[in-house]
Amino acid sequence: MAEATIRFRVNGRDVAVTAPPFRRLLDVLREDLGLTGSKEGCGEGECGSCSVVINGELVNSCIVPVIQSEGAEITTVEALAETPIGAAVQKAFMEHGGAQCGICTPGMIVAAAWVAEHRAYGSDLRDMLAGNLCRCTGYDLIIASVDAAIASLDIGKSRE
Amino acid sequence: MRGILSAIEASRPRSMDDLLDHIANTRAPRLIAGGTDVMVQLEAGGQEEGESFLDLTALASDLRYHRLDEDSLEIGALATFRDTRQRNDIVAAFPLLEASARTIGATQIQTRGTWAGNIANGSPAADGVAALLAYDAEVVLMSRQGRRTTPLCGFFSGYKKMDIGPGEFLAAIRLPRAKPDRLQEFWKVGTRRAQAITKVGLTINWRADGSWRIVGTSLAPFVTRYDGLERLFGQFGDHPGRLDADQQAAAVATAVQADLKPIDDIRSTADYRRRVVINLLCDAASRLHQT
Repeated sequence: MAEATIRFRVNGRDVAVTAPPFRRLLDVLREDLGLTGSKEGCGEGECGSCSVVINGELVNSCIVPVIQSEGAEITTVEALAETPIGAAVQKAFMEHGGAQCGICTPGMIVAAAWVAEHRAYGSDLRDMLAGNLCRCTGYDLIIASVDAAIASLDIGKSRE
Repeated sequence: MRGILSAIEASRPRSMDDLLDHIANTRAPRLIAGGTDVMVQLEAGGQEEGESFLDLTALASDLRYHRLDEDSLEIGALATFRDTRQRNDIVAAFPLLEASARTIGATQIQTRGTWAGNIANGSPAADGVAALLAYDAEVVLMSRQGRRTTPLCGFFSGYKKMDIGPGEFLAAIRLPRAKPDRLQEFWKVGTRRAQAITKVGLTINWRADGSWRIVGTSLAPFVTRYDGLERLFGQFGDHPGRLDADQQAAAVATAVQADLKPIDDIRSTADYRRRVVINLLCDAASRLHQT
């Protein structure tokens, strides 16, 4: 199969990768670009461990063929701590015990930061985070962390 | 495990002309939009000999849209479930679209999954297809020869068998606008509330003109409207109070026995599915006197 050169931006940096068109974005991020923060859980779009943001939308990178990333703006967990929302979510997860074994945590934090940003358009937190599975805990501490992050940012209160 | 993905041939057309040429000239073209079904199927080894892929996602300016006017709603092939959920005007006019979209996967699937893909994937468990059928949707097929419109009801003839000819692709979905409906319900029975695939789905729409749409999901080889049940509920609606709750329940059970041949598969049994459908229909029938 002919490989293609695909250009996009990751965390504000222009990159070009040469890959088969249906190589998974998750593998390109982890193996070709060294961004190993995104994890593989189920590998079939169920668990959310590989969540990244593409052109402003929360997606599972394990079911995105890299050809669809051409020209895209991608944000991974690695860049989140530098944003106010990402930093608030990260801090809240530490303070409220939102992480246990850690496999779901990067995806959970990416999703939580996205949800915090978009909450005005959505419904409740559990509904919006339903695509991120945690097999260690109940979800109470995770939801408490996201709630605390949102409260600290003073956003999303219009829905309460 | 990922080897199969590395071997796949794919191209990404940059214009509608380019796309239609590719579809006409490719031996076994398969289209990919959000990839929420395709990628999972490929990783499970579901590639056919000789097929190659056309990625639609560079055509968002042509295909990712909702057009709502006084007469109809047109949903472009790349419009996602989340796109629809964010449109308050569409949610108000077609509440079953939102009711189904919110149950499909979760956020990460709804940002990628499309209504057109939900049809074209041909799954018997396609929740979105049930809502579209309840609104008398039509599919718009496009080829180099032009556009053709055909009712979604009748589009499927068997498991993953549909009325798409050589050179055609599913470009849009059209829903006629009607007067506000009288009773609408979307029920999805699955293993859990989120991230579940439907074991039994039932979608009901009692239209302003008194006619009914009763659609079953995961009950047959494709998402299906049930004429016999629709006629029965037409009688219930036309003659309120003629039958009491027990008589209605008996009539529902008889009609379900006659009209439904539920599938037995990995997710559930035929008996369970029949029982759930009867219960849901009795619930709907009991509420007719209140509307």
